[in-house]
Amino acid sequence: MLERIPSIRKAPDEEYYVPGHRTCAGCGPALAYRLTAKAAGPNTIFIGPTGCMYVANTSYGCGPWRVPWIHAQITNGGAVASGIEAAFKVLARKKKYQGEIPHVIVFAGDGGAVDIGLQALSGMLYRGHDVLFICYDNESYANTGIQTSPTTPYGAWTTFTPAGPAVPEGKKLFPKDNPKVVAHGHPELKYLATASIGWPVDLMNKVRKGLNAEGPAYLHIQAPCPKGWQFPPNKTIEMAKLAVQTGMFQLYEYENGEYKLSVKMEERKPVAEYLKLQKRFAHLQPEHIEKLQAFVDARCAEVGITVPAVASAR
Amino acid sequence: MIPNLPTPHLKFRTGSWRTVRPVLQADKCNNCLLCWLFCPEGSIRRGQGHVTIDLDYCKGCGICAHECPRHALQMAEEAPSHLEGGAAGA
Repeated sequence: MLERIPSIRKAPDEEYYVPGHRTCAGCGPALAYRLTAKAAGPNTIFIGPTGCMYVANTSYGCGPWRVPWIHAQITNGGAVASGIEAAFKVLARKKKYQGEIPHVIVFAGDGGAVDIGLQALSGMLYRGHDVLFICYDNESYANTGIQTSPTTPYGAWTTFTPAGPAVPEGKKLFPKDNPKVVAHGHPELKYLATASIGWPVDLMNKVRKGLNAEGPAYLHIQAPCPKGWQFPPNKTIEMAKLAVQTGMFQLYEYENGEYKLSVKMEERKPVAEYLKLQKRFAHLQPEHIEKLQAFVDARCAEVGITVPAVASAR
Repeated sequence: MIPNLPTPHLKFRTGSWRTVRPVLQADKCNNCLLCWLFCPEGSIRRGQGHVTIDLDYCKGCGICAHECPRHALQMAEEAPSHLEGGAAGA
């Protein structure tokens, strides 16, 4: 059992995701990885489906993990994890492995979890493997040069959704809500939560809760990408916090059919305050922002965020 | 306890990417550890009374200076010798 971390000061000092990786300066997913590895501890196996956190972290024979790590194809993170978990169970049953069963964590991007990797994730949850599946969501295919993914927000520029005279808003589709897809269709699922790198202690505790659950768990972490979202690298945390404060991303745990909000808010900031800091939204017209605000309002209401969006006095 | 060292297989010193570096005013630091937890590289070390910075791997993103509630960290221009590849190459 991993204990709850009560404060920053009590967070473990040991690192299992160490310096030297070649992620961009100010990388949100790299921080998500570091915090996850810190929370999970030494008895952990990571499965890394193709994505930024595979490509930027590894080069031939090298990787920044101090725990076992295996690459999976972008499609099959859930399947590889299922095999590893099942193998440990069998070895333990046959008394060929006497140690403590390791934590098995899939660390997939939004492509490897929400798009092409969804079927392996769903299969793993359906069969009830004791695995924590984490999606670090940087809202694009970032390592190949920022192409749109199912979690890219409405109105965002990507190289596949450029804004121009024919399509002034850039991306026309609204994003897929993967925590919801996962939550409502998998009876074996034992724990589900969303987390943000802006709330690191909360993130680490959710990782631990997911690992403590006896059965499959899913954690969706929003991790801002300075390059893809086009903001200065020192504002990664600010962007993560604003996403939650505007309701663009909602922090909650989902247990026994109920949403439990993780952050108390008196009011929400309007989405415009979040959009104006990112160049990927620079082309948006007021009518597009209005459309996005209406979408965010509806999504917040669904998970129980009832406070209204109020412009700050400044 | 395992020391927090980079893995021996990694030969990179990502500190050579940096164009600005964080400079700590130790007397302003109250060891709140926000920078330590928010650093994507793990370049900030916990210490007695105040944090310390491992410049071998710091890429100069500036998150630590931006998030420091007491403004104990400032970003300063990197020395020209560093920019010409003075640090171990990556």
